[in-house]
Amino acid sequence: MTLQTILPVQAAQIKEWAEARGEAAWVTEHRLQALEAAPSLELPKPEKTKLDRWNLSAYGTFKAAEAVGQGTLPAAAKDLIDEGAHNLIVQLNSGVVHTVLSEELSAQGVIFTDLETATREHEDLVKKHFGSAVKPGEHQVSALHYAAWNGGVFLYVPKNVELEAPLQAVFLSDDASASFAPHILIVADTNSRVTYVDSYVSAGLAGEVLHNGVVEVIALDGAKVQYATVHQFGKEVTDISFRRALLSNDSSIEWIVGEMNDGDTATDTATVLNGSGTNSDAKIIAIGSGSQKLNYTTRAVHFGKSSESDMFTRAVMREEAQAIINGITKIEHGATKANGQQAEKVLMLSPAARGDANPILLIDEDDVMAGHAASVGKVNPEQIYYLMSRGISKPEAERLIIYGFLAPIIAEIPLELLRTRLQRVVERKLGQ
Amino acid sequence: MATKFVIEGLKAEIEGKEILKGIDLEMKGGEIHAIMGPNGTGKSTLASALMGHPKYEVTAGSATLNDEDLLDMSVDERALAGLFLAMQYPSEIAGVTNSDFLRSAINARRGEGNEISLIKFIRQMEKSMKGLEMNPEFAHRYLNEGFSGGEKKRNEILQMMLLDPKIVVLDEVDSGLDIDALRIVANGVNQMRSEDRGFLIITHYQRLLNYITPDFVHVMMQGRIVKSGGPELAARLEQDGYDWIKEELGITDETVGQEQEA
Repeated sequence: MTLQTILPVQAAQIKEWAEARGEAAWVTEHRLQALEAAPSLELPKPEKTKLDRWNLSAYGTFKAAEAVGQGTLPAAAKDLIDEGAHNLIVQLNSGVVHTVLSEELSAQGVIFTDLETATREHEDLVKKHFGSAVKPGEHQVSALHYAAWNGGVFLYVPKNVELEAPLQAVFLSDDASASFAPHILIVADTNSRVTYVDSYVSAGLAGEVLHNGVVEVIALDGAKVQYATVHQFGKEVTDISFRRALLSNDSSIEWIVGEMNDGDTATDTATVLNGSGTNSDAKIIAIGSGSQKLNYTTRAVHFGKSSESDMFTRAVMREEAQAIINGITKIEHGATKANGQQAEKVLMLSPAARGDANPILLIDEDDVMAGHAASVGKVNPEQIYYLMSRGISKPEAERLIIYGFLAPIIAEIPLELLRTRLQRVVERKLGQ
Repeated sequence: MATKFVIEGLKAEIEGKEILKGIDLEMKGGEIHAIMGPNGTGKSTLASALMGHPKYEVTAGSATLNDEDLLDMSVDERALAGLFLAMQYPSEIAGVTNSDFLRSAINARRGEGNEISLIKFIRQMEKSMKGLEMNPEFAHRYLNEGFSGGEKKRNEILQMMLLDPKIVVLDEVDSGLDIDALRIVANGVNQMRSEDRGFLIITHYQRLLNYITPDFVHVMMQGRIVKSGGPELAARLEQDGYDWIKEELGITDETVGQEQEA
């Protein structure tokens, strides 16, 4: 386009916000550079979805956050947190308001803090990895994210440190005029192991909000990262999320994603398997309802030899929800013995809903294995008949089958509380 | 009340093709009836039509259980009224564990507020599984998913034992079973024999009847019961096959749709 794009974020605002935060000069400079590039960049183009008619302008303004104790957190956030959680970050609108890191983890050298603080206290580490997986110049949305990001999480797990218990974060938007663009940066050093779980939620919004979120996971040699996330924004929130992991030799990532928003959503969950012997496993469940427009894309890009990826998406579409479900396996030349598998399954519960499963294999190497399976279908009447023949009512039979369709992924959520909460969200999304 | 199951003039079709041409059968609690006949004669259609499979349409006749009209009921209501069908090809349902499914089925009978306690349920299930020589692990497996043919049939019998029906229809429960599995399944059925329970065993082999002795044997051909008798009829079929009946009745092709127009 030759027309001057009017950006929803202005340089003057960014400078003003930076001042209010007392932000380090290099961070503000990084923001302004991203912003400067934004007008010449295009919108992201997820397969089969045009974002140009989506409302992507509700950035709001930065509102300083005040730290609060766990007891005074808003109910919508508290509901997602175990009492006495040892390692926890809570972001409310534009900033993190609550951080807990156990002495045990701190003594092992684990860093778990909001990203704003990390840019001051761990400048070298952050500089090295921030923006390395999802780059500011990829498209206009990422540029605007890097211009406007706030709060966020920085998690660093030192070499050889293996953490059993999951670390948790909650991101709550409850003020429609406040900017909400958290950035998650996880760096797992050599041979470390960590599980991180987060929830995204909104409550009582009086207007529209854009969540422009980025997740970067950097797994160094031999590191193992498990990342579970549940998005359950209300219909006022448009959710654009880019999640990406970079894998060094022999490292692995496991993505477990619950897409339970009520508003329009485009997410891209990707792993770049740079190293040899790397492993990526992505499991996504999604429920669409109302008149949601949805695009769920999972991607695996293989560079490393003997790298393996699995992608598994299960989506249930109700009412008039419109979903595009892409799975893209890309095997680059030289990634010999790579193995990329994917499966997308969609269950349609209404004739007005739409769910397109779109598997794409792009292979530039001969010595590989790759496979895909995609299916779109209705609840099988034979299965309903079978359950009913044992005395189970039709609605209960349908409920069992739909839950059964999603159960294999729900069971993988590593935090019991979150699993129970997810079950509740699933029930709500299914209108039960 | 003593169980009474009556089928009168039952006709059913699938996709517009009439398969059952008028079935009459009366069973009482405590009785075991066997329906035998070659493939394609409508035996399994009878089972599916009684249970209410959505693909089969009943066009005439009635089926009552203790004077209640089954054909007027939805599939789940028929089950709650006391009808049980052990299916030839049970559905596989991923994500639903066998035990969750069984508990839902039991609780559907007991009603809200009267659900079976978890401990009592587990005790009953484990006891029945032991009797059927089923690996306890099958309780936590997804319903019929990845079960072998024999495991599926045992799972059908397990359901029958836990649901305590009044009329049990076994549709080719012996097909695909080796001799050990056959014996186990038959033991399960024999254990469940009682004065208030009737069994309708559909099979085209006589071998199951070596383990479960029927009181009445009926032969189906061309969508009708063409001959009825006692256990000796099954023995004769085992020895001589079906040809003598066809000859006796002047039938050349016993399958449905091959009968000569009058």
